[in-house]
Amino acid sequence: MEYILNFINNSQQIIYIVILMIFLGIEVIGRVPSVLHTPLMSGANAIHGVVIIGAIIVMGKAADTNYTAIGLGFLAVVLGTLNVVGGFVVTDRMLEMFKKKK
Amino acid sequence: MELNILTICYLIGSITFILGLKMLSNPATARKGNLIAAAGMAIAIAGTIFLYKDEDGNGLHNYAFIFGGLAIGTLVGFLAAKKVKMTAMPEMVSLFNGMGGACAGLISLIEFGRISNELGSGKSFHGTLLIIFLGLIIGSVSFAGSMVAWGKLNGKVKDFSFPGQQILNTIMLFIMVCIAGYLVLNITPANSYLFYIILAGALFYGIMFVLPIGGADMPVVISLLNSFTGVAAACGGFLYNNKVMLTGGILVGAAGTLLTILMCKAMNRSLLNVLIGSFGGGNKADASQQSASGGTYKEISISDSAMVMAYANRVAIVPGYGLAVAQAQHICHELEKLLDEKGVEVIYAIHPVAGRMPGHMNVLLAEADVSYDKLLEMEDANDLFKTTDVVLILGANDVVNPAAKNDPASPIYGMPILEVELAKNVIVNKRSMKPGYAGIENALFFQPKTSMLFGDAKGVLQQLVSEIKSL
Repeated sequence: MEYILNFINNSQQIIYIVILMIFLGIEVIGRVPSVLHTPLMSGANAIHGVVIIGAIIVMGKAADTNYTAIGLGFLAVVLGTLNVVGGFVVTDRMLEMFKKKK
Repeated sequence: MELNILTICYLIGSITFILGLKMLSNPATARKGNLIAAAGMAIAIAGTIFLYKDEDGNGLHNYAFIFGGLAIGTLVGFLAAKKVKMTAMPEMVSLFNGMGGACAGLISLIEFGRISNELGSGKSFHGTLLIIFLGLIIGSVSFAGSMVAWGKLNGKVKDFSFPGQQILNTIMLFIMVCIAGYLVLNITPANSYLFYIILAGALFYGIMFVLPIGGADMPVVISLLNSFTGVAAACGGFLYNNKVMLTGGILVGAAGTLLTILMCKAMNRSLLNVLIGSFGGGNKADASQQSASGGTYKEISISDSAMVMAYANRVAIVPGYGLAVAQAQHICHELEKLLDEKGVEVIYAIHPVAGRMPGHMNVLLAEADVSYDKLLEMEDANDLFKTTDVVLILGANDVVNPAAKNDPASPIYGMPILEVELAKNVIVNKRSMKPGYAGIENALFFQPKTSMLFGDAKGVLQQLVSEIKSL
């Protein structure tokens, strides 16, 4: 019990961020028209590609002789980059077609 | 100093993500919003590569691998995203989402490997392990689920369900969570192999979770898995105390969940109904009964169709997936212009879920330069059908199926539809009498005012255009 309370106390900053972000995430897209559902989903998909940062850190920390970690880390970096780059480019292509032509 | 700059990079990243999402939910600013979020992401990534220091002040190494991975990922991701056809967009999003999930899972895998080397040294890892397991389970489920969704959308994977599947899934999830909970509290070098059992279980669960859900509901599922991946990314944020991962991940997790619910609402169904309903799966029996009582339909020739349309006051075009597959949006626009010149008012009636993703038809028609104000949303279109002479349905099926309104036994019952039967004439262009994506028969085709115009949408439209020109 004490451990849990300590954990909450030590990570209170993070807990605050999580709670505020949940409300912000809901608030920010609250009034999206249905036309934009797919581009928005695709854009959000690209944003969670931020996981690539974790992959870079894990890769950069791996010891030179730890081949498993290097191999998996490399794979993680490739997949994460795919998510980011592909996600943003696909979203841009979808939205390109929404531009107003007069 | 360097760490302070990194903090600022991350701050910029977080702010651009929030701004980007905000701008993405408005048509006028959406494209800019996407670019802003992308720029913020680039800053955060570059900052991490060059400025990151761990607790002991050591920078990163293995730069060759980092840059190699970034280069490969960028090249492949860019080309894949540029080359994919408009019709295959949802698959692509699902695929990229799976990559993100796999990335989160791999991070957990590596971090667990690091921790298991330090087991027995007396340090306590409860908090870290909890996060690692969360990231592993959510990331793996998202990866496996997205792969199945991807396979379903491109037709490689068929719907598959058996009685009791939901119960089995729930039990499986429960067991996984129990093992994970046990390991968090009592990990030893001897039982750390259980970690890999959880990994296998999570992958399997991801597959079983998506398999029974019907193909037509895939956009909803992808959106849900999208928010899962967001949470998995946020777990990485916990692990490295990295605020940009945390904010980005949670933001997507929350926004994605809301978006999923909004998508369900657009189809007038609840999320639970989508997940458990196994659309098109258990309802095949009803479908065959309906087709038995279907009756006869009548065909119409190209020249007759051209005649009715050219002398109508108002023509409403209802586009569907068939139009997208045939890539007939440009010729469709040509037909619209031609009719317009002849003094016929042409409108497009867009169902929110026509095609394979919400907004699919808007994107497709915008590509062909169809002007915005001709695209009517469902409610507006339904008001106009009463005074419409001809409705031309191009490869749409379930979104005009009257069963959604008057057959409580139908799996799509309750979904709002385009009420095309209010118009004077309905011309349906389809390739054959085969049922649509939901796998159910459409009574509309057998109504007296409906005529069928069989053929590929592009070919049929081309013939229609030349026929109307020669009138």
